[in-house]
Amino acid sequence: MKNLILTTAALALSAGMILADGHSVVRMGTEGAYPPWNFLNDDGEVAGFERELGDELCARAELTCEWVVNDWDSIIPNLVSGNYDTIIAGMSITDARDEVIDFTSNYTLPDPSSYLASSMDVDVKGGVIAAQSNTIQAAFISEMGMTLVEYPTPEETIQAVKSGEADAVLADKSFLTPFAEDDADLMFLEQEEMIGGGVGMGIRESDGELREKFNAAIASMKADGSLNALITKWEIGETF
Amino acid sequence: MFSFCTDPDTLGQANWLACYLTTGKHMGLYWSFVTVLVLLAITAPLALAFGFGGAVAARSQIAPLRWFGKGYTAIVRGVPDIAFFMFFVIALDQAFEWVRHRVLCPSWTEPVRQGNDFVVCAAAKLPLGTAPQWVHELYGFGLAIVTFAIVYGAFAANVLFGAMRAVPRGQIETAEAYGMSRRQAFWRILVPQMWIYALPGLSNLWMLLIKATPLLFLLGVEDIVYWARELGSSRQPRFTDYPHGDWRLWYFLGLLVFYLAFTKLSEFVLERLMRRLSRGQATMGAT
Repeated sequence: MKNLILTTAALALSAGMILADGHSVVRMGTEGAYPPWNFLNDDGEVAGFERELGDELCARAELTCEWVVNDWDSIIPNLVSGNYDTIIAGMSITDARDEVIDFTSNYTLPDPSSYLASSMDVDVKGGVIAAQSNTIQAAFISEMGMTLVEYPTPEETIQAVKSGEADAVLADKSFLTPFAEDDADLMFLEQEEMIGGGVGMGIRESDGELREKFNAAIASMKADGSLNALITKWEIGETF
Repeated sequence: MFSFCTDPDTLGQANWLACYLTTGKHMGLYWSFVTVLVLLAITAPLALAFGFGGAVAARSQIAPLRWFGKGYTAIVRGVPDIAFFMFFVIALDQAFEWVRHRVLCPSWTEPVRQGNDFVVCAAAKLPLGTAPQWVHELYGFGLAIVTFAIVYGAFAANVLFGAMRAVPRGQIETAEAYGMSRRQAFWRILVPQMWIYALPGLSNLWMLLIKATPLLFLLGVEDIVYWARELGSSRQPRFTDYPHGDWRLWYFLGLLVFYLAFTKLSEFVLERLMRRLSRGQATMGAT
């Protein structure tokens, strides 16, 4: 039995024998459950706006990148403990997160968050509002003193509205739009909330060099309009 | 996978389903069943070994060893599984990296802890940042096995400790009367006879272990529950060739059947084992 541990350890060690210098491979952590930002396509690969953006940024910064899927709730702790090097998962830049990790400059403009409900006469103040846990929307709802139910994945917040557990869901408009368009039972409320300071990549505070590389790449994509093209293609929101 | 799958819109029900169930994503689901079964196949004997070691230590006449055995079962059994998986695994991983950091990068002067960050030199990373994703997954899988073995080993230790005490004292006395040493009496008399007392407790543990496998996703290993939730999520036509509504119910129903069939099979095997072990024993199990 002890041999098994040894073999496992030996495997892990021998696999680690390839020499590395700095960030020869940058591991990109994402959630893979938030279309159109990031999702798994039919082949089980990460796809979406941030996949294309991330690949282009890596090409411009001359980095080799690898995609890693991680649960949303543990996405910051796993970055901090070094399981991957960046978070690129539609994460809005907020002060609370900025205390724990650093952000690159934003690659999308602040986008209004919308309420998706099963009927137009939902009262946002008095109703039950669903949101994904650890998001700016969840923080906003509890700050406003509204009734919040949290779910670990974006998908479950939508299903909560469809099943009647919640009266409406608050999320990024770009995420909710496909549901509003394809599902006759779901509609946007007129009220929208301006929260969040745009989306950026999360990077460890000790990793300033990597942050500068990505900042430069983001700036060059902003300058030549290729970022705007991606934002339009994936219907993310306002262009720069 | 099939050649007719290029345009799913034109397909009939059966063909569509055949294509749908063979997408790369579904392969991920099928593969995760293998992952879970391999995990169980390795973890169960390993946990039993940990448990045996723990039980023997707890019975030891050497005080520190006894304290270790008792402490191991008491502490691990008292900590919730999920806390163990969140805290212990990260601590274990960081301990490995810290040791490698000390050995491989002696010239490094910056502190390892920088605020919230845990920073070791690139060569000490485990697995290395350059390693392909499957190595990272294998490493997570290895950590999962060790953690499961430690957690379930503590429970097994308690079961085996009780089982060893349940063997009638007369058996040991007889062995000693025949001139066997403590060691001989332990291996020849106590161990062969204790299994019958341990089996009900161990079979419970096995059932619990089968059901605990979804904790794997906490370690970054994509398990069957993760894939069931991912695949069951509703899909819009613009993001997939196979749009569908909320199908989580069907996927979880599939998992239910899998788990029930697996536990039923286990019960059957354990029942046979029980009968086999009861042979020639004047115990409750032998009927």
